[in-house]
Amino acid sequence: MITFLTRRLLLMIPTLWVIATLTFFMMRLAPGGPFMSEKDIPAATKVQLMKQYGLDKPLAEQYGRFLLNAARFDFGPSYKYPQQQVREIIAEGFKVSAELGGWALLFALALGVPIGVIAAVNQNRAPDHVVMALALAGVSIPNFVLGPILVLVFSLTLYWLPPALWRGPETRILPVLALAVSYVAYIARLTRAGMLEVLRQDYIRTARAKGLSERVVVLKHALKLGMLPVVSYLGPAAARIIMGSIVIEQIFAIPGLGRYLVIGATNKDYTLVLGVVLFYASFLMMLNLFVDIAYTKLDPRVELK
Amino acid sequence: MSIGIAPPATVGAESYASAPRSLWSDAWRRLRRNRLAVLSGAFLVLISLFAITAPWLPFLQDPTLQDLGRGATPPSPAHWFGTDELGRDTFTRVAYGGRISMLVGLVGTLVSLVIGVTWGAVAGYVGGKLDEFMMRVVDVLYSLPYIFLVILLLVFFSKSLLMLFVALGLVQWLTMARIVRGQVLSLRTQTFVEAARAIGAGTPAILFRHIVPNTLGPVIVFTTLTVPAVILQEAFLSFLGLGVQPPDASWGTLLSDGAKVLALFPWLVIFPGFAMSLTLLAFNFLGDGLRDALDPQGRRDGA
Repeated sequence: MITFLTRRLLLMIPTLWVIATLTFFMMRLAPGGPFMSEKDIPAATKVQLMKQYGLDKPLAEQYGRFLLNAARFDFGPSYKYPQQQVREIIAEGFKVSAELGGWALLFALALGVPIGVIAAVNQNRAPDHVVMALALAGVSIPNFVLGPILVLVFSLTLYWLPPALWRGPETRILPVLALAVSYVAYIARLTRAGMLEVLRQDYIRTARAKGLSERVVVLKHALKLGMLPVVSYLGPAAARIIMGSIVIEQIFAIPGLGRYLVIGATNKDYTLVLGVVLFYASFLMMLNLFVDIAYTKLDPRVELK
Repeated sequence: MSIGIAPPATVGAESYASAPRSLWSDAWRRLRRNRLAVLSGAFLVLISLFAITAPWLPFLQDPTLQDLGRGATPPSPAHWFGTDELGRDTFTRVAYGGRISMLVGLVGTLVSLVIGVTWGAVAGYVGGKLDEFMMRVVDVLYSLPYIFLVILLLVFFSKSLLMLFVALGLVQWLTMARIVRGQVLSLRTQTFVEAARAIGAGTPAILFRHIVPNTLGPVIVFTTLTVPAVILQEAFLSFLGLGVQPPDASWGTLLSDGAKVLALFPWLVIFPGFAMSLTLLAFNFLGDGLRDALDPQGRRDGA
C-alpha cells in the first residue's frame, strides 16, 4: 500500500511536468502577447510591464523560474487583474466550482444508483426498458441545451427559481440539476451493467439458496461489487463535471473556476490560465488516486501494486 | 471481405441447411431486429442527406440573408422555426449548422480513427519495449485534462475549422488506440497471420492487410460512438466562443447565440437544441445497436 502510494505520487510529477511544459511553451509560441491589445500604451510603460512580469528575461530563465514557482503553486499576479494573485483567484473560484460539482456528483449518485439497481433487478422487463431509454436520452441531451431549457421553464415561465447567479440556496438548484442530469443517466447505466454482471455469479446463488430475502441479496451482497464500475467511473466523471461546470458557470453567471478559465483564455491571461490548468490537472490526479484506493476497499480481489 | 470463420468443408456440407453466414450478415440480421437502432439509422441518413443537400433545397433560404426590418419573429408558416434578431430564417440556419456540426463530427472522428488505429495496431503487433513506451504515452495523455489543452490550442493559435478538426481528433484517439491494441494482441498469434508471414508478407502488409481488417467490428462500434462525442465537444467549444467562428455557424454557436436572448426569443434555443439532441440520441442508439450486433461481448465492459 505504502509503495503503491509513493509510486503513484512519484508518477504524478512527470505528468505534471509534461502539462506545465506544454502549456508554457504553447502560450509563448502563440502569436500576440497579453499586452498586444493595449496598442496605445507608451513604449516605456510596456518595457516596465514586461519587466514586472519577467517577460524581458531569456525564455530559458522564464521557464525555469516558472517551474520553480509552479512547484510551490505560486503563479504570480494575474495579467488581467494585476492586483490579484492567481493563487487567490483559484482559491476563490474553486470554492464555488467545488460546491457546484460536489452537489452535482452527489445528486447523480443518489439518483443514478437506485435507478440502475431497479433496472438490473427487472432486467428485460418494462421498467428496465423505460429506464434505459430515458437514461440514453439523458446522456444525449447536452448540458448547454438542458441549462437554457431549465431556465426557460422554471425561471422565465413558472417563476419558481432564479435564472442566474450564485447567492442563496435557491440559486443552486437549476445549475446543479443542469450539470447532474447526464451523470445520473450514465451512472444508472453503469450500475445496471455492474449489477447484472454480479447477479449472475455463484455467490449470489449461494445467498439465495440460504433463503435470504431478495432484498438482502441485492442490497447487501450484490450492490457492493456491482458498484465497482461506478467507482472506477468517478475519476473520469469528476473530469467531465469540471468540463461541464465551465459551461454551466457561463450559462448561470456563476463566479467559479471555469468562468475564470474562459475569461483568462479569451484575454490571453497567461498566468491565470496556466494556474487553473495546472491546478485542475493535479486535482484530478489526486482524485484518481483516491478512486483507486476506494476500489480496493470495495473489491478485496484487487491488489495495489 | 472474407472475415469470420467459415465452417470446415469436411464436416459433411449437407448438415448445413442454410448457406454459411459470415460475421457481417449475422450482425446485419441482429441489427435489423433492433427497431430503435434501425429507426436511428434511418433518421441519421435522412438528416445527413438534408444537411448535404441544403444549398440546393428550394424551401431553404440563404442562411446569411438578413432582414433587419423583420427582426426576430416566432415560428410561422413562412418561417417554421422563426427568425433571429437579424431576420435570418432559423430553419435554414439549423440546416446549415447541421452541415458544420456533422462535418466536424465526421472529420474529427476520421482523424482520431487514423491515429488511434495506427498507434494501437503498431503497439500491439510490434510489442515489447515499443509497445510499453507507446502505451505509456497513452496513459500519460489519458491523465491530462485534455479539454484544457484543446481550449489553449484554439485560443493561442487559431480558431479555424482546420484547427478544430485537429484539436478534436487529437483528443479522441486514445481509447481507439487501446481498443485496437487489445484486438491486435489476440489476433497476432493466430494461424492466418502465421500463414501470411510464411508466404513472405512484410510487417506493414500483415498489419494493415490482414490484422487491421479483423479489428473492424469493435472499431466500427467505437467510431459510431465517437461521432456524437466529437459533435458534442465541438458544440461545447463553440458555446464558449472558442469553436466555429462567424459567419460559419454550427449547432453549438446557434445555441450559444440563442442562450443570450433566451428570455426574448426562446425558439432560437429550442430548435437547434432539439436538432442536436435528436442527432446525438440517434447516434447513441445506433452505436448501442451496433455493439449488440457486432461485438456482443463488448456489452459487458461498458454500460
